This record gives sequence, structure tokens and C-alpha cells, in this order.
Amino acid sequence: MSPVTTLAHALIALGTVVIGLFAAIGRLARFAVTLVGRLVRPPWYPAQLFEQMLVIGWFSLPVVGLTALFTGSALAQQIYIGGSRFNASSTVPAVTVIGIVRELGPVLGGLMVAGRVASAMAAEIGTMRVTEQIDALTTLRTDPFRYLMGPRVVAAVLMMPLLVLVSNALGVMGGWLLATGRLGFNSAAYLNTTAQFLKADDVWSSMVKAAVFGFFIALMGCYHGYHSSGGAAGVGRATTNAVVSAFILILLSNLIITVIVFGS
Amino acid sequence: MTARIALRGVAKQFGAKQVLRGVDLAVQPGESLVIIGGSGTGKSVTIKCILGLIRPDAGSIKVDGREVTGLKGRALADHQARFGMLFQGGALFDSLPVWRNVSFALSGSVASRRAAAADNLARVGLGSDVLDLRPSSLSGGMQKRVALARAIAARPEILFFDEPTTGLDPIMADVINDLIRTLVTDLKITALTITHDMSSARKIADRVAMLYEGSIIWQGSRDELDASGNPYVDQFVHGRADGPIKMPLRTL
Ligand SMILES: Nc1ncnc2c1ncn2[C@@H]1O[C@H](COP(=O)(O)OP(=O)(O)O)[C@@H](O)[C@H]1O
Ligand SMILES: [Mg+2]
Repeated sequence: MSPVTTLAHALIALGTVVIGLFAAIGRLARFAVTLVGRLVRPPWYPAQLFEQMLVIGWFSLPVVGLTALFTGSALAQQIYIGGSRFNASSTVPAVTVIGIVRELGPVLGGLMVAGRVASAMAAEIGTMRVTEQIDALTTLRTDPFRYLMGPRVVAAVLMMPLLVLVSNALGVMGGWLLATGRLGFNSAAYLNTTAQFLKADDVWSSMVKAAVFGFFIALMGCYHGYHSSGGAAGVGRATTNAVVSAFILILLSNLIITVIVFGS
Repeated sequence: MTARIALRGVAKQFGAKQVLRGVDLAVQPGESLVIIGGSGTGKSVTIKCILGLIRPDAGSIKVDGREVTGLKGRALADHQARFGMLFQGGALFDSLPVWRNVSFALSGSVASRRAAAADNLARVGLGSDVLDLRPSSLSGGMQKRVALARAIAARPEILFFDEPTTGLDPIMADVINDLIRTLVTDLKITALTITHDMSSARKIADRVAMLYEGSIIWQGSRDELDASGNPYVDQFVHGRADGPIKMPLRTL
């Protein structure tokens, strides 16, 4: 092939990808608008909402908590090592709390919940789609957006901030445990510095991030599940896509919020 | 008399695949019509178009003389509430016990919904011992019957049955056929059944229509089935490999 045709082929391929990407974003946006539009109007299903809050909030606690605890400890250790080179090892409590509350608490919490919840939602809703249970809901006078997906989205948006609060607390605790246990920090002084450096704005931004991540997690689980087709293999694909796309949206939206809130 | 359901020129395409190419069909009130046709010919798509679960690309669908394609929101939900549908795989909600499945579209107290579920299960020959079981713990035939009970629970005016006997043993299939026939006669319901099971079609149908390559190529009363004079119908009714209908077989 001549270089010109190779280039033309490459451009066509690139164009196709870009068009496909925009089309996908458009479909997703339409789905999100439909979903939010439906769930603000009754009928509502409180029992479904409560069940989802339990599934998303309560049952994610162990994995989110452990992640934060271990990461907080590891973070404190690395800050200590890095800080020692500049004779600044006393910065451990301040940098740990900022690192955890502003970034790692919400992001790692979001990723862990995405792994647990977005996949489960996509698998469950996807199975309901390919076994015609979603069609059955519709013929039984029940809107799948309100009955199935609305409660999931609302539950995720409500529970993620609470989970991230716990995640932040355990992350800081992980740092404190390691610093007092291994690095010879004074417990009271460590906690004092932590409290001094932690600002209300940090906590707010952390919870806003968590709510946004919760929305994307549930949206991706529902979207991919709802649009799955082609039997068990299709449900498998939907599950993978839900997790991967939730990851990407979490990391991207985290960057955007960080730049907006802390960048200026 | 206006037909209960009337389809004119209904067409539907998925991607490059033209599934329905102008379906014309009428179902009269109180009649039991059976659509026969091979797998993948678009039988399920046809009833999903009538139910408003799939939007046809072209054509008109009228129920009691009123156009129903393009309905939205409340009007669509009201339209759908007139139908009871038995899905091909049952489509029972596996997260809910049998009684909640059967009474899903009903409102009222728990006690009244349980009672209604028991009533409808009795109609399909199931006892109240299954009320609290999960659908996944039932046999295929029992699942079909629970799904049937759910389809009739809200006393719909029109019932759709998508391959009601597929995957059942011949005796259970006959039980289901009898049930459908009885429901249609007793509840004076208009019924539309899709099947490729000829013994089922003969039992359930007042009238039979055959769907082939996206359109209705023949229709007539049940008694005309054996003397249709249509080679396609003949081949299908007698289940012959040789004939005008060619299976797209490839040697491996
Ligand atoms: N939602 C859909 N998306 C894409 N293709 C579909 C969809 N529903 C049905 N089809 C295709 O339409 C054809 C007819 O399907 P169907 O009506 O289910 O056949 P059957 O006559 O066996 O009930 C099949 O080839 C199927 O793959
Ligand atoms: Mg079918």
C-alpha cells in the first residue's frame, strides 16, 4: 500500500472511532436524562430503595474500610520516607490527611464500590434483560426505570458519601496507627496536627466527589445491563464494560473536580 | 365489526436484517389466533410490536380501531395494561417468591394479594404450597404455569402466549394447551399464540396464520390447515425437510 492510502485508512479508522465515541456519549446522556426524569416523578418504590441502600452501603463497608486502612498506612510510610530526605518527616499527619480526604479516600472508595456494585448491577439487570424480565415488568405496569434503575442510582448517590466518610476516617486511622506504632510519633500530637490541617472544604469536596462517583457507578451498571443482548456472553460483556467505564468516569470526574476545587 | 387487533404493513429491521417486511393480520374479539413459523422468523418481534415493547419502522397497529404505534408515557402504559403476556422463557422475577410474581401487577394489602395469587395459581392447577417458593426451585412446567397465572392475574382483555409449550415434555405441553384453551373459552379472552408446535396449534387455535420471511403467507381456520394448498404451510405442518422452505445449512 502507498503511504497515502495507508494514511487515508488510518484517518478513516480514527474518524470512525471518534464518531462512535460521540454516538456512545450521546446514547449515554439520553439514558441518564431519561433515568433522572423518570425518578423524580412517582411512583416511587421505597422498599427497592432501602434494599439497594443496604446492598450498596452496608455490604461495601468491609472492602472500602480495609482499602482505606491499608492505603492510609502505606501512604504515611512513604510520606515519612520522602519527608526524611528534606528533614520534614513531621509533615506525615498533615500530608496523609490531605491525601486521604481529598483524593485517595473518595477515589479508592469509588473504584472499590465500582468493582463490587457496577458489575453486580450490570449482571443482574443484564440477566433480566436477556430473560425478558424487563419486558415482563413493562407489561405488568411497572416502569423499569423507576422500579429497577432509579432506586439503584439514588441509593448509590446517597450511600457513597457515607462510605467515603468512613473511608476517610479509616484512612487517617491507618496513617496514625503506623506513625505511632512504627515511626515513633506522639499520638496526641499526630491527631492534633491532623485536626489542624483538615478543613471543612476538604470534607465537602470529598463528599461531592463521592456522590458524583456513586451516580456514575450506578449509571454504568444500569446502562450496560439495560442494553445487554446476546445471552450469557452478552451479560458478561455488559459486566466488564460497566466496571471499566465506571473506572474511567470516576478517574476523569475526580480530575475535573480536583482542578476546579483545588486548582485555583 | 372492528378487529380487536389489526396490523397493516408492519415492518421492522434490526441493523441490516429485515425481520418483518409488511405483516398484515387481524384478530377478532374472542378469537384464538395462532401464528406458526420457524425459529427466528420474527414471531416474537411481531407481538412485541403490538405490545409496544418494540417500535416498528413502518406500518399501523390498531387495537379496537385505535392506532397504538407511537404511544408514549401514560397512554402506552394504559395500552400495555390491557394485555397479559406469557413470555417464552417465563420471565419470572427470580428475586421474588411465586406469590409476589403472580400478584405483581395487583395492588392492595399483602393478604389480599396473596389470596389473589392463590386463586390464579389454582386456575392453572397449582396449590398454595408453591406460594413462598422461588421460581428457580420450580420445574420448567411449573414455571410456565406460574407465568401463566401471572399473565392472567390482572384479568387482561387480550392474552399473548409466546411458545407456551417449547421445552416441555409432551404431557405437560398438553396440560398447558388445555389450560390456554380453557382460559380463552372461560374468560372470553382474545388470544394470540405463537408456536412452532403443530399439536399445540391444532389444540389452541380457532384460526392459524403462517409467518414466513417477514410476512403472513397464509391464514385460515384450524380445519383448513391440512388442506391449505400452500406448499410452505404443508411443509411446515408436516415437518418435512424437503420443500420450498430451505434451511440455511452449511457443512462444517
Ligand atoms: N432486540 C433485538 N435486536 C436485534 N435483533 C433482534 C432483536 N429481537 C429480535 N431480533 C432478531 O430478529 C429475528 C427474529 O426474532 P424473533 O422474533 O425472536 O424470532 P421467533 O420467530 O423465533 O420468535 C432474530 O433473528 C433475532 O435475532
Ligand atoms: Mg420467539
